Amino acid sequence: MTPAFLSVRDLHVSFRTEDGVVRAVDGLSFDLDQGKTLGIVGESGSGKSVTNLTILGLHNPLFTTVEGEIVLDGQELTTAHESELEKLRGNKVAMIFQDPLSALSPYYTVGRQIAEPYMKHTGASRKAAWKRAVEMLGKVGIPHPAERAKDYPHQFSGGMRQRAMIAMALICDPDLLIADEPTTALDVTVQAQILDLLKDLQREFGTAIIFITHDLGVIADMADDIMVMYAGGAIERGTVREVLRSPRHPYTWGLLNSMPRLDSDLSTPLSPVPGAPPSLLTPPPGCRFHPRCAFQDRVGGNRCVTERPLLAPDRASACHLTAQQKHTIFIDEIKPRLRHGQEDTA
Amino acid sequence: MLRFLLRRSLGAVVILFLLSIVAFLLFFGMPRDPALLMCGKTCTPANLENLHHVLGLDKSIPEQYGIFLHNLVLGSDGFAQGPCPAPCFGYSYHTNEQVWGTLMDRLPITVSLTLGGAVCFLVIGLGTGLIAAWKRGTLVDKTFTAGAMVISSMQIYFLGPLALAVLVYQTHLFEKPAYHEFTADPATWFTGLIIPWVVLSTIFASQYTRMARSSMIEQLQEEHVRTARAKGMSRRYVFFRYAWRGSLIPIVTIFGIDLGSLLGGAIITEYTFGLPGLGRLAVESVFFSDLPLLLGVMLFSATMILLCNIVVDAAYAYIDPRVRLA
Repeated sequence: MTPAFLSVRDLHVSFRTEDGVVRAVDGLSFDLDQGKTLGIVGESGSGKSVTNLTILGLHNPLFTTVEGEIVLDGQELTTAHESELEKLRGNKVAMIFQDPLSALSPYYTVGRQIAEPYMKHTGASRKAAWKRAVEMLGKVGIPHPAERAKDYPHQFSGGMRQRAMIAMALICDPDLLIADEPTTALDVTVQAQILDLLKDLQREFGTAIIFITHDLGVIADMADDIMVMYAGGAIERGTVREVLRSPRHPYTWGLLNSMPRLDSDLSTPLSPVPGAPPSLLTPPPGCRFHPRCAFQDRVGGNRCVTERPLLAPDRASACHLTAQQKHTIFIDEIKPRLRHGQEDTA
Repeated sequence: MLRFLLRRSLGAVVILFLLSIVAFLLFFGMPRDPALLMCGKTCTPANLENLHHVLGLDKSIPEQYGIFLHNLVLGSDGFAQGPCPAPCFGYSYHTNEQVWGTLMDRLPITVSLTLGGAVCFLVIGLGTGLIAAWKRGTLVDKTFTAGAMVISSMQIYFLGPLALAVLVYQTHLFEKPAYHEFTADPATWFTGLIIPWVVLSTIFASQYTRMARSSMIEQLQEEHVRTARAKGMSRRYVFFRYAWRGSLIPIVTIFGIDLGSLLGGAIITEYTFGLPGLGRLAVESVFFSDLPLLLGVMLFSATMILLCNIVVDAAYAYIDPRVRLA
């Protein structure tokens, strides 16, 4: 088996804060192959964004400790020198962010901001880079790109700004694109356009994508694989079909169950996952999810409190329930409540 | 831009107009009679009466204000001391000299003090602030921040005499501060003002150190700064191109206010170093109930502050393309 294009092994990221050490990412491993899309789902504070900022080395080195391995195309990133990371960023690995208004500088034209990484990484002249930026703006569907490149971000609409962000991220033809909730700040119709655009561009450039979201509907549309994160670790992983059709972790069940559905009776209240995400300062012992889990009494010997379940390398979930238990609980107790929805999404 | 300047200039004129009315009313609220101050030891009621008439103080306040405005805009030949071309604030009660001429005599001193000081405190303050932000959390940062804190809690009337005592009277490293005209001899102009500049700029610089540091640190946490890092721009580039640009707004705002008020007269500095600038003139005009001089200094200082404000607002539009001038 050839090594994966991106391979993260036993990653730990912790921040020093005034209250103590926050373990934002705690023992995370995953792989991503070239040209594929990995969807990462999870609540706020589950470590999704931190993981991806760490891949690019964008954490604040003053307060952050990183342990573990991040290997991209044979290169170890956690120990890489800042100058090596700079060559990588925007070039081999690019990133787009949630809110394109605050993620673009208000002080420079869109064209200049798109052209900058191209000049930096290819050594192109200002003029050539500008031409390329205009070309990219056209490619992401901005009408009259030559004129619009001279505009400032505040003169763009939200959807156009995100398109400009995408143009900026893809200008150096990266192998890996990290999209951190790229559609969360956009309204629904624009959301669909941006997702289509990303898919088209992925097909054209063969880019691998890490797609971070908390929207399971979006992920069903975009991803090949899904990783569900909870309290700094992965708790379930598999193909989109597997995870959405036969999820095997109580937390994933909760997530699916909490999704509002248009085809259900509108008077039924939403059913959120009970409880709140744990504090990462003092995470609960054993399984991080056990305080919110309705199924821990079915696991013998109090193991949920004493022993942290691990995620096996293949299709798996980090839960002490046996495979048989997971299967029967899902079929008998969870699936009926999801109201004939899952087949459509997967 | 032209519309902006026109609109703001008009606004400034209105403010100055209102200010002059307030100043007029306040003056007549003062429990002192300027004629009595001028009248001297052998004051008779007749003399006093005569002085009141000469100074125009026997007219009603609105009437006096009308004459003041008329003289200011059109000038006047009606003064016993001689002709007074516009802008005419009249003749000082105390020195009998033309107010505008006195202002223009004192202005170079204040301008020299302010501009030299401003260059020093911008270079020192912003320089140390940027270094502290760049080296955030290190010993250098802590030293600069603590130093700025200590210095900014000092006052000119403490640092000034201290500098004079140590640098001038004890070690004779520098000459006694005095104003020499720049055009006559730039070298003595420079050496005469260096101590006031250093003292003035030390106090101001410490505030700019803290402001530059904190606004740079705030800017460096902006998302667009992170984006620039994420596309591979170097730390130095992002620091100076992205974060610095955003930090300029608060710095320019405060600088406009500081520059305006210094140009209106740095009272304490001028007194400490015996420099006869506009600030001293202002205090003297109050001591002698010298209405023409008081109005002259007040309106002149206010004009400086208003001008600096207009320049600052125009600078905003240059710094931030989202700001529209209208």
